[in-house]
Amino acid sequence: MDERSRSVIGVALNFRETLVRLSPAFAAPPYKSPPKAPILYLKTPNTWIAPGDSIPCPPGVPRLRMAGTLGVVLSRTACRVTAENAFHHIGGFTVVNDVSIPHESFYRPALRERCFDSFCAISLPLFPPTHQREFEINVLVNNVLRSNARTSSLVRSIPQLIQDVSEFMTLHPRDILLIGEPDASPLCSPGDKVRVEIPGVGAIENRVVQAS
Amino acid sequence: MKRARIAYAGAIHQAVEEGNSHLRLDDGRVIDQDLVIWLPPVVPGIILALGLNYRDHAKELKFEAGVEPLAFPKVATSLVGHRGQTRRPAGVTFMHYECELAVVIGKTVRSVVRQNAYDFVAGYTVANDYAVRDYLENYYRPNMRVKSRDEATPLGPWLVDSADIPDPMNLRLTTTVNGVLTQQGSTNDMVFDIPAILEYVTSFMTLQPGDLILTGTPEGVVDVKVGDEVVTEVVGIGRLVNTIVEDWTV
Repeated sequence: MDERSRSVIGVALNFRETLVRLSPAFAAPPYKSPPKAPILYLKTPNTWIAPGDSIPCPPGVPRLRMAGTLGVVLSRTACRVTAENAFHHIGGFTVVNDVSIPHESFYRPALRERCFDSFCAISLPLFPPTHQREFEINVLVNNVLRSNARTSSLVRSIPQLIQDVSEFMTLHPRDILLIGEPDASPLCSPGDKVRVEIPGVGAIENRVVQAS
Repeated sequence: MKRARIAYAGAIHQAVEEGNSHLRLDDGRVIDQDLVIWLPPVVPGIILALGLNYRDHAKELKFEAGVEPLAFPKVATSLVGHRGQTRRPAGVTFMHYECELAVVIGKTVRSVVRQNAYDFVAGYTVANDYAVRDYLENYYRPNMRVKSRDEATPLGPWLVDSADIPDPMNLRLTTTVNGVLTQQGSTNDMVFDIPAILEYVTSFMTLQPGDLILTGTPEGVVDVKVGDEVVTEVVGIGRLVNTIVEDWTV
């Protein structure tokens, strides 16, 4: 199977702190009501990079957001699975740095902000998966801890996400579901070294560089 | 040349059009078109779609054409071939087709300028970018539950070589539902034309051969029901047939 045929799917506003912080805005236009289904986006194949690869900061963009997140790697086709059965479809976990150009609005699909070349650093997956059900995600910038999040803060748990996504979109083996961006993920500039660590799963380190 | 990807007698083949009713498989066999299963003609790594990219459709949906195209990515599992089926979810009230010219990328490309954009186009096909509007939310709109549903983006029948289409910006589009004309337009009404779309997208994304861009739809979208035969056609590119079927309940 062609490597580019897998899907890497992200979920916005899946950490409770972010949702609570932004919720007053969600009653007003353009949103008019709070989100119902998970707010999904794709990290297209042009965004995928490996440990050690550079993350380009586009010209005119002062800083990039570095969202350390857990990637859930599918091992079995998941079509309309229930949360109860979801863990049977997980083949491993991976550590991901989900990079974006900071953006305030969630109204339109943030294609440029999220799908810029090299905006998704993915570690080698851990197979077989740990039996861990709760994870801690740390982001270190130049060796200083800048964010710490726990999956206990997820709006939708990992099994609930698999249920809600696979209800309309079949997930295939090797697809990766990113569980969400921790609140207050750090902003980084060219020259910064970024390390995402998830105890029990692994770590990934990349450096931000100035793109020409 | 019109190229297809089909399944026949237990195997997947590349094929080309042979007369009006047959296909010539890559191994030389000539087969009646009615005897094959049509697959999407390309297997893209990246699928992008444009929203509100026709002047008239934008008016219908109350959109002010902005400075940047509204583009969103879709998953490959949303594709389904010619003469395929698309499920209408149980209980929804508004599901509509969208007839679109689809551009297939031919060479790896980044930061193209509009003067050279067509050099990177392999060819064209027809897409029907169904939307289930009941699921529309104002978050990353149009959200993936509306636009990336399994088998809800018919594609095909053919990949038509770009050399055979001298002016892709002047093609007539039509949709019929059970033989009744419901949508028509012309690609010359696009807000952002193909070179502009490629210039925008490749200013931040590297595209590769087989990647696909759906260029938007004109006005005239209507609700389709279980049993309807929906034919989206771009004249000169292809006539894409799809049938709406019932969904099962979980």
